[in-house]
Amino acid sequence: MALEPQDVQRAAHLARLGLDDNDADRYVDDLTRILEMADQLQAVDTDGVAPLAHPLDATQRLRADEVTETDQRERFQRNAPAVENGLYLVPRVVE
Amino acid sequence: MMQWETVIGLEVHVQLATRSKIFSGASTAFGAEPNSQACAVDLGMPGVLPVLNESAVAMAVQFGLGIDAEIPEVSIFDRKNYFYPDLPKGYQTSQMYHPIVGPGEVEITLDDGETKRIRVHHAHLEEDAGKSLHEDFHGMTGVDLNRAGTPLLEIVSEPDMRSAKEAAAYLKAIHSIVTYLGISDGNMAEGSMRCDVNVSVRPKGQEAFGTRAEIKNVNSFRFVERAIAFEVERQVELLEDGGKVVQETRLYDPDADETRSMRTKEEANDYRYFPCPDLLPVVLDDAYVDHLRTSLPELPAEKRARFQSELGLSAYDAGVLSATRAMADFFEGVKDVCGDAKLAANWVQGEFAGRLNKEGLDIASSPVSATQLGELVARVKDETINGKAAKQVFAALWDGEGDSADAIIEAKGLKQVTDTGAIEAMIDQVIADSPVQVAQYRDAEPDKRGKMIGYFVGQVMKASRGTANPQQVNGLLKEKLDALC
Repeated sequence: MALEPQDVQRAAHLARLGLDDNDADRYVDDLTRILEMADQLQAVDTDGVAPLAHPLDATQRLRADEVTETDQRERFQRNAPAVENGLYLVPRVVE
Repeated sequence: MMQWETVIGLEVHVQLATRSKIFSGASTAFGAEPNSQACAVDLGMPGVLPVLNESAVAMAVQFGLGIDAEIPEVSIFDRKNYFYPDLPKGYQTSQMYHPIVGPGEVEITLDDGETKRIRVHHAHLEEDAGKSLHEDFHGMTGVDLNRAGTPLLEIVSEPDMRSAKEAAAYLKAIHSIVTYLGISDGNMAEGSMRCDVNVSVRPKGQEAFGTRAEIKNVNSFRFVERAIAFEVERQVELLEDGGKVVQETRLYDPDADETRSMRTKEEANDYRYFPCPDLLPVVLDDAYVDHLRTSLPELPAEKRARFQSELGLSAYDAGVLSATRAMADFFEGVKDVCGDAKLAANWVQGEFAGRLNKEGLDIASSPVSATQLGELVARVKDETINGKAAKQVFAALWDGEGDSADAIIEAKGLKQVTDTGAIEAMIDQVIADSPVQVAQYRDAEPDKRGKMIGYFVGQVMKASRGTANPQQVNGLLKEKLDALC
């Protein structure tokens, strides 16, 4: 499967990555080679093999339903570019 | 004129009533200061790892058992990738391919008492997002992440509903099940239960579904009906004018009572789901599921059936009294104390529900307990007091004028007079005091006299301050008046 530059730009947009056209061309080659490897894997007959959700042969541990966190808002909000009334402020999101 | 059929499917998001979040130990309490309950995991800080909350898992499985669903042995969390400021991680942890609850069924009851089974496709666990506040923050949007990471159970129905009424009945049934199980407070006003509605129309008799619109933000039972009614009319008009329904997301605006296109961007959403590498597969063995199954409370459909078969209530009464767990528990409390299911049903739905409604209270904040009401109904049953006096006792209990029905009956002297001699004395007095009415009675045609007796009954009851046995008064009055004719 060969990628086109617009495929790469679209993937970059979905991941909110800014690429200039030179970068995009380079990634077309890199990503195409990665997809070729995926194609090789796809060729293996996996009939009757259950899909693997996680490489570790282990199951999820559960935690007790207890509140263990305290309010650290002050410290977290020191990282934020803009806050007001305890809210994080971000560029206006218009629906 | 073309006949149209409506096809509806619902996605109901239920906030689970855990103390802490689905993947972190931050509190889920409602109404806290903004961002005071958003920890490093909820904020998506680098290096944090989610750990799954055992109560969220148990609650999801309880719901599954409550709708007779399959509970798969393995369920898997996936990442749903999209960018929005109230989703700090850039993805929502959800379950796309292997949900915790498989196919099940919910029984709904319609107004005419008919029941219908609505299939549930699956239910999956996921995390809630934060809240964006679009009020004016100098042209910025404010974000509160307290809600981020609150456990949600998303319950996805099959497109089995055929009217707005069925959709509302389904939503009520889900609400009833989750509140019976105690896995959610079901508070729609606070967003504990939210609903997206998929609506399409098709010519009656056609097999293939029409193109559907998804309506978001339908957050009350009433709005579900109104949003669907509006949307069906819009789609039918569009089709009859030769247009086409576009598959899109629409927003219900309760103030304008209409749905509006959300003008989604050109590109379709591409969520690029993949298994979440931070969470291992969740494996639930039979012993675990069986343990939850045996601890399941009686659910609304079972209760409704038992109220009819064991207690002899009508389908209507059984439906009303089993609608919420609070109502059912209260009714059963009253019934156990007074020993008469039908009398208890009448009192709970009549005087009690009426007063709650009038005062805008819920059962939990009622000043009259089930035991107090049961003791009062017991006195009606054993004829210590008549119906009229019982209402006075109820009002007095409500207003805190006494702790028990017996104390109020005693203090107010409301005990029913059944002594024939005493009643006869009162009747004689009323007859002696009412010569005009007695003359009218005597002169009336015999078949008109039945109605005229009401005046005398009223006078005697008044003379007894409401305590005379009305049946006795009626019988004795008739005898005495007819003897005068």
